[in-house]
Amino acid sequence: MSHTLTSPVYVCADNIDTDQIIPAQYLTLVPTIPEEYEKLGSYALIGLPDDLYPTRFVPEGGLKTPYKIVIAGRNFGCGSSREHAPIALGAAGVEAVVADSFARIFFRNCVATGELYPYDANERLCDVIKTGDIATLDFDADTLTVHGKTYSLKPLGEVRPVIDAGGIFNYARNTGMIAAKA
Amino acid sequence: MTLTEKILARASGKTRVAAGDNVWVNVDVLMTHDVCGPGTIGVFKREFGKAAKVWDPKRVVIIPDHYIFTADSMSNRNVDILREFVKEQGLPYFYDVIDDPDGHWQFDVSKGQTQKQYGSKYTGVCHTTLPWKGHTRPGEILFGTDSHTCMAGAFNQFATGIGNTDAGFILGTGKLLIKVPESMRFFMEGAMQPGVMAKDVILHVIGDIGFDGATYRAMQWEGPGVYGMNMDDRMTIANMAIEAGGKNAMFPCDQKTIDYVNERTAENGTKSEFEPVELDGDQKFIYDKVFDLSKLEPTVACHPDPGQRKLAKEMSNVSLDRAYIGSCTGGKTSDFLAFAQVVKGKTVKIDTFGVPATTKVVQELKDTQWDGQSVWSILESAGVRMTENASCAACLGGPVDTFGRLNTPMKCISATNRNFPGRMGNKESQVFLASPYTVAASALTGKVTDPREFIS
Ligand code: SF4
Repeated sequence: MSHTLTSPVYVCADNIDTDQIIPAQYLTLVPTIPEEYEKLGSYALIGLPDDLYPTRFVPEGGLKTPYKIVIAGRNFGCGSSREHAPIALGAAGVEAVVADSFARIFFRNCVATGELYPYDANERLCDVIKTGDIATLDFDADTLTVHGKTYSLKPLGEVRPVIDAGGIFNYARNTGMIAAKA
Repeated sequence: MTLTEKILARASGKTRVAAGDNVWVNVDVLMTHDVCGPGTIGVFKREFGKAAKVWDPKRVVIIPDHYIFTADSMSNRNVDILREFVKEQGLPYFYDVIDDPDGHWQFDVSKGQTQKQYGSKYTGVCHTTLPWKGHTRPGEILFGTDSHTCMAGAFNQFATGIGNTDAGFILGTGKLLIKVPESMRFFMEGAMQPGVMAKDVILHVIGDIGFDGATYRAMQWEGPGVYGMNMDDRMTIANMAIEAGGKNAMFPCDQKTIDYVNERTAENGTKSEFEPVELDGDQKFIYDKVFDLSKLEPTVACHPDPGQRKLAKEMSNVSLDRAYIGSCTGGKTSDFLAFAQVVKGKTVKIDTFGVPATTKVVQELKDTQWDGQSVWSILESAGVRMTENASCAACLGGPVDTFGRLNTPMKCISATNRNFPGRMGNKESQVFLASPYTVAASALTGKVTDPREFIS
C-alpha cells in the first residue's frame, strides 16, 4: 500500500462500542460471503445516535464511505468480539482508525483480519479535528497532518507487519509459522 | 506467577511466562455459535482449503443460541451452515435446535414466541451451556467467538473471546499466539448482605475501575469472600470482566469448583481429567485492592455503559417502561429463583420479560415447587412473560421479531450485562443493568427500586 493516505476524516467521541459500529441485527451477514461483506460495509457506524452524529458515515443507499480515516476518543470498539466490526469499517473503505485507545478484542481483530490500521494517538484528537477535515496519514513517519498541523501517533510496532501482510494467515505463511497454501 | 500466567506457561510448554510475553498456546476447547460460526467456518475453508479437517473434533463445541427463535431467514440459514459443517467434520458436540441432522431449521411464527420450539439436543446460551455440558475444566484454555467467553474463568481456566479470523486459525491448527496480560487482583473479604447479589459485586467493581479499567488485563479474584460464593455467583462475576475491558477473569479452584466440574463431566461423558493451577506466593499485580462484600449495596449501571454506577436506593425517581431477566449473566436458575422470591404473590407494574439462559433452567423452574406451585407458574402469575425458548433473545437486540426486544425508545431495567446505546434494540433506548433482585423489585414498582424494600 502507499505510505501516505489523504482523506476526509470522520470524528466520533469516547466508547464507541461494537453495537454502534455494526448493530446486532446485521450480524446475520456472513463476512466471508462477498456480497454480504459489501453489505456489512454499507451499515458501518449506523448505530451512532442520530442527534449526536447528524452526518451519516455511509451516505444513504451507498456501500462505501467517503471517510477513509476515522478519529475517535477512548476505548474505541469496546463490547462484543464480533469481527464484523472492523470488517464493516474495512468493507466501507476505512483504512485507519486513530483513537485515544482501543478495546482489546477490536484491536486484535483489526490485526488478525488486516482490515485496518488501529493507531493510538498521543493526544486527544477527537476534540480538535472535525468530521470532513482533510487529513494525511503518514504510515512511515507515524503522523497525522490536518490543516498544516502535524500530530505524532504511537508506532504500531510488532503488529504493523501483520497488517501490512493482510492479516495473520498471510503473515504466518510469510514467516513460515504455518505451511504455504496448497 | 499469577494464575493466568501459570496456565499460559503450561499451555505454551514453558516453565515461566511474564506479562507482555507473546506465546503460542495449545487450545483445549474452541467454542463458536450461530452469529460468528459461519464466518469462522468461511475463514477456515478459505485458508486451509475446502477439504480441510479441524485439528481435533472433540475440542470444538458449537452452540446455536443467538438468533434462533426468529423468522429472519438469514438467521435460520446460519444455523443450517453450522449443521452442514458439523456433519462434514463429524463433530460430536453440536447443540442443534432441531433433532434431524439433515433437516433445515425454520422458526414457526404461528406457534408464537413463548411455546417451546426445539428438539432434544438444544441447550441455549453458549456460556451457560459450556459448564452444564461438561466443557469447562480447571487449568485449561478455552477460546470462544464471543466476548463473554470470559465467564468460564469462574472455573479456574483461561477463557477469552476472539474474532472469526483467530477462531479459523485455531480450527486449522489448534494454536493461537497471544500476549500474556498483566493481572489485577480483587481481594474479597466478608459476605454479601441480604438483598445483595454477585451482580452487585461486579457492577460495583466496574464502577470503581471504570469500564475500560481492565483493558487487556486479567481480573483475578481471591479472598475468603470468593470462596463463600457458589459457582453461579462466580460465573456472574467472571462473565462481566469484559465489561471492564478485561481479557479474562480468573478464580482460584476449590472443592466447590472440583465437585461442580466432576459432576458435569461424569453426567455428559466429557473429558474428566484436569489439573487446576494453585495460588503462588510470588504473584505480581498491576493493581491490588481489598473489597468488603458486607459493605456493598444493590447497585445499578446506568445508560449508556456498564461503568455508570449508582446505588439503586438513589434512583427511585427513575421511572421505567420495561423489565427483563435473562442472558448468560442473569438467566441462570439461581437468578430466576431470586427474582421469583421478590415477585411471588405480587403483580408486576410494567412489561416484564423472562428468558431462561438454557433449556435446563426452563426445566428446573417448572420442577421447583414452592407451596405447591411451580416457580414457573409463580412468575407467570405475577405477570412475567416467560418464554420456554431459551436463547440470547433481547440481550443483544437481534432481529426485530426477537422476544423482548426494545423496538421503540424506552427505559428498561435488565439483569443482562451490557447497556451501550442500541444494545437491546432501539438506539434511543436506555438500559439499566442490575441484579435479578433489583430488576424484580423495579418491575413491581415501575421505578428503579432497592430490593431490600421487598426482602425481609
Ligand atoms: S446472553 Fe447476551 S451476553 Fe450472553 S452470549 Fe447471549 S448475547 Fe452475549
